Amino acid sequence: MSQGELAAVARRARHLTEELRQGVRKTCKDVIDVSSGDLHSAGLKPLSFSRQVFAACLYPELMNSNKLPVDVRQRAQWLLGSCAGGSVGSYTAAAGIPNIVNSVSEFIRRRDGAPSYPENIYISPGSQWSITNILKLMLNSKASPRTGVLIPVPCHSTTILSIVDLGGAIVPYYLSENLGWELQVAELHRALESAKGVCKPTALYVINPGNPTGHLQTRKSIQAVIQFVAEKKLFLLADEVYQDYVHGENEFVSYKRVLAEMGPPFSETVELASFHSVSKGVMGECGLRGGYVELVNVDPAVMKHVYTLFSKDTCAPVLAQIALNVMVNPPRRGDPSHRLYTVETEHIKTTLLHNARRAYEVTNSLPGVCCQPMDGGAFIFPRLALPPKAIQKAKEAGTEPDIFYCNRLLEDAGILTAPGCQFGQREGTYHVRFCILVPVATMEELLRRLTSFHTQFMAEFS
Amino acid sequence: MSQPALNGVSGPGKVLTLDSMNPNVKRVDYAVRGPLVQRAVQIEKELEQGVKKPFTEVIKANIGDAHAMGQKPITFFRQVLALCSYPDLLEDDKFPEDAKKRARRILGACGGQSIGAYSASQGIECIRQDVARYIERRDGGIASNPDTIYLSTGASDAIVTMLKLLVSGAGRDRTGVMIPIPQYPLYSAALADLGAVQVNYYLDEDRCWSLDVKELRRSLHAAREHCSPRVLCIINPGNPTGQVQNRQCIEDVIRFAKEEHLFLMADEVYQDNVYAEGCEFHSFKKVLFEMGPEYSSTVEMASFHSTSKCYMGECGFRGGYMEVINMDPEVKAQLIKLVSVRLCPPVPGQALLDLVVNPPQPDEPSYTSFMKERTAVLAALAEKARLTQEIFNAVPGITCNPVQGAMYTFPCITLPQKAIAKAKEEGQIADAFYCMRLLEEEGICLVPGSGFGQREGTFHFRMTILPPTEKLKIVLQKIREFHLRFTQEFS
Repeated sequence: MSQGELAAVARRARHLTEELRQGVRKTCKDVIDVSSGDLHSAGLKPLSFSRQVFAACLYPELMNSNKLPVDVRQRAQWLLGSCAGGSVGSYTAAAGIPNIVNSVSEFIRRRDGAPSYPENIYISPGSQWSITNILKLMLNSKASPRTGVLIPVPCHSTTILSIVDLGGAIVPYYLSENLGWELQVAELHRALESAKGVCKPTALYVINPGNPTGHLQTRKSIQAVIQFVAEKKLFLLADEVYQDYVHGENEFVSYKRVLAEMGPPFSETVELASFHSVSKGVMGECGLRGGYVELVNVDPAVMKHVYTLFSKDTCAPVLAQIALNVMVNPPRRGDPSHRLYTVETEHIKTTLLHNARRAYEVTNSLPGVCCQPMDGGAFIFPRLALPPKAIQKAKEAGTEPDIFYCNRLLEDAGILTAPGCQFGQREGTYHVRFCILVPVATMEELLRRLTSFHTQFMAEFS
Repeated sequence: MSQPALNGVSGPGKVLTLDSMNPNVKRVDYAVRGPLVQRAVQIEKELEQGVKKPFTEVIKANIGDAHAMGQKPITFFRQVLALCSYPDLLEDDKFPEDAKKRARRILGACGGQSIGAYSASQGIECIRQDVARYIERRDGGIASNPDTIYLSTGASDAIVTMLKLLVSGAGRDRTGVMIPIPQYPLYSAALADLGAVQVNYYLDEDRCWSLDVKELRRSLHAAREHCSPRVLCIINPGNPTGQVQNRQCIEDVIRFAKEEHLFLMADEVYQDNVYAEGCEFHSFKKVLFEMGPEYSSTVEMASFHSTSKCYMGECGFRGGYMEVINMDPEVKAQLIKLVSVRLCPPVPGQALLDLVVNPPQPDEPSYTSFMKERTAVLAALAEKARLTQEIFNAVPGITCNPVQGAMYTFPCITLPQKAIAKAKEEGQIADAFYCMRLLEEEGICLVPGSGFGQREGTFHFRMTILPPTEKLKIVLQKIREFHLRFTQEFS
């Protein structure tokens, strides 16, 4: 499949999924929608502390009574004091409210044990917005040869489409499914080689933990990628929005941290943009549109243009900036809200772990379904060995085989998923992506329906 | 990792340099948050650190941010939004029933009953329906189809999306986009970013910044020599000019757009900000349809609105929408793809927009206090518009057109030759030099007219009329004194 085809198929599949999602909402059928990583839609609850802080910031009269806990009121007061005119309705500095940007910087420093500077951080309406702005710095539709960005296969379709819409070329590197979707440097080399004479590769985009794969990179793997970009002179784009979803024993280690630990020359030269967001994690506030980028080793002359680019978008929504502050600076032990915060976040974490284990077990028990172990992320991405008759039926219907499977899964079992072709996959392989961040009862119901459906489907097309 | 290293060191070896980066981005400027504003922020820091200055605070009259200047949010809106954020409050009897009703309705339309869930890329359907109904009421019953409404992250996002859709071609066939001079610099920034051709048409300062179709024609014909003009952007009420177009003018523009086969973009974010006697807001959509089917079924148009201005001033929510008329269905399919890459507009902004188009009705408990607040805000703005015009016109060397609408004044300043020469020496445009001096001497931050565009040899600045009346009087006084001093110094 050519790069153009990969992008076109991804776009079409994504559009179909979105339409189905809207259709499902309208008809209110008993459909389990696991097509996107949206905690609240799935039935998991927002955090009380966040929402109390938002309410107090929106309507400060609430702080006149003792109904809201002291730490909520204190946080709201501090936040409102950081807003122009004491209102969340004011514009903010282009990069975000300075106090909040500082808190993000502090968070990064605590997480990584390495310095982080606020002037290198920009808050934006969601991580994809800042990914687009950074890509814009590098991509230009008039460039000849086109500028290339190495992207993993499979990959989050939004980034693929952003690259294509900005006039860039995608250079796919295939993750090794049989090795748990590991990133192999040899494959990076091959991908780069394949770009010769086709485009000018300028950047490498990685997603860690992976979407849709759920693969969590080891420190060694991250080091190898950093060495690769240093050697090949590529700008590194690290999408780390799923960093709070870690299932196993392994730990999430940020690209920034590994870069710092590697010391000079890497730490002083490798150009890196790391992305994070309030959409995932324990917050799950996708609808608020809040994210940030931290830039490392970017040419100061270019940084001036980064500022201008972000400034013409005026600023990120203030409520999202507040959510970001809560995310990086949650209630601490001893704070009145800490206990409830812990209960609520533990619930989300145990739900995730439980669902990851169950989904892995059940999918692997189904004939013709093979799921790689996931160490992190919000999804499961099993491979389907579809019977030739089903593939034939799909072709006759003029649709991709995995779309065909997903459509039947929706019609017959009321489960809305995203087909593998929406993310890219090796030719002749088929996958389906499910979000596992749903209430435990929903997951059990999903797995029950899936098992029943799959058995029937395989029987029908045997 | 030393700070200089984190900030990067210029020079060879970097992947991303001034030379290798996208040349379009280098051409992007946004004066509203440009170097003057950055210096203003620096000065604020210096004041905080105790550095002595001839003033104790920096007055940021550069950006149309009402709340930053002390304007209060509308109580009802904030009540509903608080209820939406923390639905436990629905049990609290301190909140009025009409606020709770709206909150429940909005939450019911959100995934998992949460404003933190993704919405459809085009925006929550029932909110688009409410927007369509608002448009119908505003336009005397002319139908509006919710499918043609796209909610967005502020009007700016929708404007940029439309421009992306409209810009194509190369060389002589490259899309030309007609924009007013002076203009709100988002337009020039977006056009630079997209590599589109900016086609300027001049508003007539001597006639209250009015738009003349003759000038549109002149500009269009000149542009056809080197590009393919396909879009005509109008800002009504105007930014920075404040001009409110009369009905005849709007009809003339629509006729022109039809004759010349141009896509009309009507930026109407200030539609409630109309102050001058004899001026009235007429929406482009309404006039288009009142001109009959010959026009209403053919002219392609997008109208934009936002929650940032008018009487709400809720810039920080990034709420907005566009209504698209007569768009080719194939192009619409492309538009849907474009908006999907943004995932969705911020849901709190969508919720706020719903309240703006669906405010308390006369039979509802919050109606009286809502109307009182709304009226007070608009009356204060009208008074400030009048005051500004009066005071500035009494200053020798400053002439100010009536502020008919919007939130700004854009006076013409006469600068002595010596000042212009001095500015040139320092590598600055004279009005930027003037504004920088004003900032350093008085702590007042404005935006130089050169940031918006102006006729060659003329100079202006844009000031917002947003500070509270007493403070505004002081600001006007200080600018007056500064102007006289400056003129004296360079005479």
